[in-house]
Amino acid sequence: MALLEARGLQAQYGWTKVLHGIDFAVEEGGITTILGANGAGKTTTLRAVCGMVRTAGEIRFAGQRINGRATEDLVRLGIGHAPEGRGTFVNLTVEENLRLGAYARSGGGSVAQDLERVYGYFPVLAQRKKQAGGTLSGGEQQMLAVARALMLRPRLLLLDEPSLGLAPLVVREILRIVRTINREERVSVLLVEQNAAVALGLAQHAYLMETGRVVMSGPAAELRQNDAIRRAYLGY
Amino acid sequence: MEVFFQQVVSGLATGGIYGSVALALVMIYQATDVVNYAQGEMAMFSTYIAWTLLDKGVPYWWAFVLTLVISFAGGVLLERIVIRPVENKPILTIVIVCIGLLVILNSMAGWIYSYIQKPFPSPFPPKPIMLGTVVFGAHDLGAIGVTLVVLAFLYAFFRFTTLGLAMRAAAQNPVSSRLCGIRVGWMLAIGWGLASMVGAVAGMMVAPIVFLDPNMMAGILIYAFASATLGGFTSPGGAVLGGLIVGVIENLVGTYVHFIGTELKLTVALALILVVLVFKPSGLFGRVAVHRV
Repeated sequence: MALLEARGLQAQYGWTKVLHGIDFAVEEGGITTILGANGAGKTTTLRAVCGMVRTAGEIRFAGQRINGRATEDLVRLGIGHAPEGRGTFVNLTVEENLRLGAYARSGGGSVAQDLERVYGYFPVLAQRKKQAGGTLSGGEQQMLAVARALMLRPRLLLLDEPSLGLAPLVVREILRIVRTINREERVSVLLVEQNAAVALGLAQHAYLMETGRVVMSGPAAELRQNDAIRRAYLGY
Repeated sequence: MEVFFQQVVSGLATGGIYGSVALALVMIYQATDVVNYAQGEMAMFSTYIAWTLLDKGVPYWWAFVLTLVISFAGGVLLERIVIRPVENKPILTIVIVCIGLLVILNSMAGWIYSYIQKPFPSPFPPKPIMLGTVVFGAHDLGAIGVTLVVLAFLYAFFRFTTLGLAMRAAAQNPVSSRLCGIRVGWMLAIGWGLASMVGAVAGMMVAPIVFLDPNMMAGILIYAFASATLGGFTSPGGAVLGGLIVGVIENLVGTYVHFIGTELKLTVALALILVVLVFKPSGLFGRVAVHRV
């Protein structure tokens, strides 16, 4: 069953329509990726899921319709979001950043345990826990964004271009951890990326967006073989 | 030399009060980028509430605590009812709403309680305290103590509680805060509540010195502006320290510079604002704001 499902999803900023009715789904326990160039509407899609932009059409999460609900309430349903630009609280320490991730968490277990858990995934954050978030490197801030979202113990993790501006080695490290989290904690993932090579290696299912529409979709392995995608996004 | 020490201590006492009001201003400024011009009148109104309770025979410290609770609730309500509707409007709109609030609170206090000055009791004994050969007013020392307790409480709240952390987060990065599930609007309202509470303490500490009347905070608000400007509008600790410095400077200048005396003391505050804004606009401890445009 799909954990997240969108049908005919439209979104607009003011009078400008950015999504023109797209369909996509994230399977429970799966990793789905949405690929596309700048301005294709990938970030807006994530913002629509989080209730941060006006939408029409339908979004369902775990069977219930979630359109029009406040971002703060959606977080409480278990949707963790590592946003575009990483959303670091630059003047707060790394540990405070992480504690904020657990702010809306429901269910048992101590925050201290969860801190240990995410420090296990990202040892570099443990070394930096007393440092202000703004002093971290880009890669470390991306790790912080993912770790902060994990503190929620999410059912669904939304990742907005985690590869942006980072060295290939760092990207590989972050995505390796995302895969581990997906496998071991059964967290479903919706990954939005420009870097198709990286995203198609991780996801089971992929969508390709152009100017606010889904133009192609299918199993990631199939899209990787597709000639048009290879030429336009993989570069060989 | 004794006069000097006395003036410094009583300067610290009033300075603590300026610092408290400055802190209230800074707390709201940090969260919303708005200077709450009604902060002084809110404090004045809180002090009238304390006066009403005392008048009904409630013991002082009970009245003190009750006033804090009522002021907190009042601050939250004001934010929800008056500020919320203009939250996303240009800053000028919010400033004008704050000034409107100032006028309304001032007139309401005058209408309910009249403009006649009322004495307001001090919780501290009237007997002066001798330290060596220097005489200190018990109220001065007490006011310094109360101010320090309030500051310690606020520091602990923001530093060690989850709600305090969430409020700092909401002030810094509202979008990211919402993604953490923080209800940013309510954090602002709680910020107004706390600021109103801090103002109430300042009002109750200053009223025994200046007497209670609807205009009692007008001058103090200007000193508070000077304090916040000196310390830096982006630094809560700086605002308090700024208050203490302003309080001491004000007293020493009033005592030793004869042509200023008590009549021109307020001018010192205004001159200070001007000097700081010209030579170091971010204040002693403030951060220089960098905006991407």
